[in-house]
Amino acid sequence: MSLKHWNKKHIISIRDFSRDEIDFVLKKSALMEDKLSSSKPVKLMKGRILANLFFEPSTRTRMSFETAMKRLGGKTVGFSVAETTSEAKGETITDTVRVVEGYADVIVLRHPAEGAARVASENIKIPLINGGDGANQHPTQTLLDLYTIQKEYKKIDGLSIAMVGDLKYGRTVHSLANALESYNVKLTFISPRELKMPKRMVNRLRDKNIEVKETTKLNIGNADVIYATRIQRERFPDLQEFERVKEAYVLDEIILNKLKDDAIIMHPLPRVSEISPEIDETRHARYFQQSRNGVPVRMALLCLVCGVDF
Amino acid sequence: MDDKKQERKLKIRNIKNGISIDHITAGKAPEVLKILGIDRGFTDSVTLAMNVKSSKMRKKDIVKVENKDLDVNEINKISVIAPQATINWIHDYQVVKKEKVKLPDELIGIVKCPNPSCITNKEREPVKSIFLVKNTNPVVLVCKYCERETESLY
Repeated sequence: MSLKHWNKKHIISIRDFSRDEIDFVLKKSALMEDKLSSSKPVKLMKGRILANLFFEPSTRTRMSFETAMKRLGGKTVGFSVAETTSEAKGETITDTVRVVEGYADVIVLRHPAEGAARVASENIKIPLINGGDGANQHPTQTLLDLYTIQKEYKKIDGLSIAMVGDLKYGRTVHSLANALESYNVKLTFISPRELKMPKRMVNRLRDKNIEVKETTKLNIGNADVIYATRIQRERFPDLQEFERVKEAYVLDEIILNKLKDDAIIMHPLPRVSEISPEIDETRHARYFQQSRNGVPVRMALLCLVCGVDF
Repeated sequence: MDDKKQERKLKIRNIKNGISIDHITAGKAPEVLKILGIDRGFTDSVTLAMNVKSSKMRKKDIVKVENKDLDVNEINKISVIAPQATINWIHDYQVVKKEKVKLPDELIGIVKCPNPSCITNKEREPVKSIFLVKNTNPVVLVCKYCERETESLY
């Protein structure tokens, strides 16, 4: 895949990616991770500026992009709370990015309105990376999730992946399922009845010949990857029901002997009680590693969209 | 005149000049009137028939409007709620043009995204709604921006 293909490309939605494009990003991320672990500093983005425009609070995504840019020898500018920006004065997102286009070489945008990143990207010539647009998309999270799986197993095809928790509203599981459409995987969706994966997504996966199982029971004995998500209190009008459901999907030491030897547990973080701390030190835990993997993946993407070869 | 013709004649009067929209999905005629901007202030003659027997559709609605023309935007809007509709342009009691509506691949600025969190619903943001037609029967549209799929927009 040529560098020209990626130069000035906006990264808006995982749905825009072909399998070849995903595989290419994963390959480049591995190369970037090698560069990161060598003692030589990486100067690929020296003299360039990333604008982090965070209209919503975020710790991990913002810091991860900032770290990625700084590890590349570049600089970052930006803001992280909408109240302090011109949006609070009534400026449209379109105008904000047009102004920032004059300051920076690449933009990362997080905004509560769904579709904000696509609208913003249509009005500028410098590349824009979606850092999360409401409940819609967060493509770099999905790419780092896939990278974590690929890094562990050296493949994605042939794996059995279980997604656990809130599959109805969870943005990360929807995007991951979207991306896995073009891989040959077996998927198990484990959730309370109230929080099942939307029917249209299940149908779409089955249309692509993906084997999908849906269950309310925490059957994870055959899974190579367990992708846990948080069940949010606000999804349940009845708090007693929430407490009951929450308990049913906790990954703790009791489930450890049910897991495959080499199974890995992932989580987009932050976790609350769905993974108990005693799992952290086991060979199965990958969630902190997963979060760290965001840095080389974002470094690779920043270089690609800025037309920097490596 | 046989019974069938007699029955139709009784139900829907012919118009001299204007448009006749046939094969509207049963029950959707009031929404078609809304698209055409026909409300209580409208002064020309309008004929509306709902749930009329149809050999092709079992039941259908019909709307006839005197002294009215349609633009592409209106035709596209009608195609979303009544994908099988046929439009007849009438001049001097004769059908001078007949067209079956066709749902375009993309609907630009025609329908409002039902997702309140969609950027296209933000006041002052200079962006038109764009829907990609994913399926025509039933009509399934996908918002280009918030990526939500929707089956019913009216």
